[in-house]
Amino acid sequence: MPEHGHKTPHLQEHLLNIPVPDYAPELRQLVFDYTLQLADTSLILGHRLSEWCGHGPILEQDLAMANIALDLIGETRSLYQYAATLEGKGRTEDDLAYLRSAVEYKNPLLVEQPNGDFGDTVMRQFLFDGFHYFLLKALKHSSDQGLSAIAAKSFKEASYHIKWSSEWVIRLGDGTEESKHRMEKAVGNLWMYSGELFMMTDTEKQLLEAGILPDYTSIKQQWDEHVAKVFSEATLEVPQQVYMQQGGKMGKHSEHLGYILTELQYLQRTYPGLEW
Amino acid sequence: MEEVQVNLEEQFEEKVAQDVRIEPKDWMPEAYRKTLIRQISQHAHSEIVGMLPEGNWITRAPSLKRKAILLSKVQDEAGHGLYLYSAAETLGASRDQMIADLHSGKAKYSSIFNYPTLSWADIGAIGWLVDGAAIMNQVPLCRTSYGPYARAMVRVCKEESFHQRQGFEIMMTLCNGATEQKEMAQEAFNRWWWPTLMMFGPKDEESPNTEQSMRWRIKRFTNDELRQRFVDMMVPQAEYLGLKVPDKDLKWNEEKNGYDFGPIDWNEFWNVVKGNGPCNKQRIQTRVKAHEEGAWVREAALAHAEKRAARGKAA
Repeated sequence: MPEHGHKTPHLQEHLLNIPVPDYAPELRQLVFDYTLQLADTSLILGHRLSEWCGHGPILEQDLAMANIALDLIGETRSLYQYAATLEGKGRTEDDLAYLRSAVEYKNPLLVEQPNGDFGDTVMRQFLFDGFHYFLLKALKHSSDQGLSAIAAKSFKEASYHIKWSSEWVIRLGDGTEESKHRMEKAVGNLWMYSGELFMMTDTEKQLLEAGILPDYTSIKQQWDEHVAKVFSEATLEVPQQVYMQQGGKMGKHSEHLGYILTELQYLQRTYPGLEW
Repeated sequence: MEEVQVNLEEQFEEKVAQDVRIEPKDWMPEAYRKTLIRQISQHAHSEIVGMLPEGNWITRAPSLKRKAILLSKVQDEAGHGLYLYSAAETLGASRDQMIADLHSGKAKYSSIFNYPTLSWADIGAIGWLVDGAAIMNQVPLCRTSYGPYARAMVRVCKEESFHQRQGFEIMMTLCNGATEQKEMAQEAFNRWWWPTLMMFGPKDEESPNTEQSMRWRIKRFTNDELRQRFVDMMVPQAEYLGLKVPDKDLKWNEEKNGYDFGPIDWNEFWNVVKGNGPCNKQRIQTRVKAHEEGAWVREAALAHAEKRAARGKAA
């Protein structure tokens, strides 16, 4: 199954020479907040995926998950760097990742959910990838140059991710009885976190009004179609009328995030102010 | 019949002596095939098990850049494992069997991965020392007599030297950093130095396979030759970093134009080989667990592929 081959490492500095936009302070704050939210999201999901490294069910999939994790961390770096530029207070990408507390993190609940079994990880990825892919596709045309440049770069990677997770949902949904059962369980575990992806926070609403963000209704429509198509091939049922959990995007997280940050921030917190 | 066999064997020996590459379809002595399968699969297993000690720090890497570098390094190791398993498959070994042998303890892997990674500096020390020793061992293998192995090694070595530079860079950052960081670097160096010297294998007089392997050009230098080269290369680097080599007997020997170094604790070496290292059990248990927990995924992928094929036929 070499559908996700070996890639050259992403070691470039990710410095995107984006000029600082000439926004009024309030708008600048909004774009900053939103950029952080996107960065937190890709960081936490990348972190979760990287936990698989060395423990995957098949060597090829170990590679694939590490690749996706690397893409997400690459995207994270670009976003934090852009956010730092917008803020203009001299903070760095690492300050933003390593020195903020759980309540300051604004990722949706979905991406902080534990890996579970491979089926849970695939399902979490699938639910996210659809959102990520269609969002980036729209953000490529954002009037904000920073977001559009980052989206253009990450969109190519996201098209790869959505292909990977969709294929695995199909393979596992329409595989053996056991795999189908596990995928149904994964849907049961995770579907309730999919709604928050499309719920617009005040920040997002204001950015929509400012013409910087696309309307999530159309992203949701495309997501619905994609999910329906893949689930049908996977012989899985699309859940109806599930109560949707939300809070992460407002800083109200599940208990998992604290542990993720404890690990992630361990060295920076133990030895403040050092270079690594 | 016997004469034909003798002829083939002579031709083979002649080819090897003239440095002509042996390819999968060429005739080869059974013992050569077996030795290679053992060596290549052992190498593949080392890459896979080697993912664990370093993977242990991915979620705790101290910066996003370091996290990305480490993750892609560990991913490279998985890639090396993949193409080494493929090289072994050209000799008629199956990946399933090789993995089963790893899990049952029948197949070995590099003992160095049975040591734990206790601090961030271990990630630097592994890159610098362990990858450095691996390169020393592996560069000659780019000219090994078996074609697919030699070609795999060219790629492996290229990436390994990249990893080694990254490891050295981590050490350098620590050594130029705060007191706690320097101490962290020295402490890691103290733990990894001797086990790294053991990576070259037992002393020449206790290495039963060396002579045959050298003749077959599977191996190009003896264990002790490589170990000496390694010490001579690393001591100046340690000095440059400001680290103290944890060996009171270390001394430059003008006559041999190399360093004399203290005795290796072979008792420790054989103990780790026999399964009594600090992490032998955990490493194998982790691999077995991943494999067992992945069984349903592999079964499902197979079942799905079969369904597809059947539908393709029906259509």
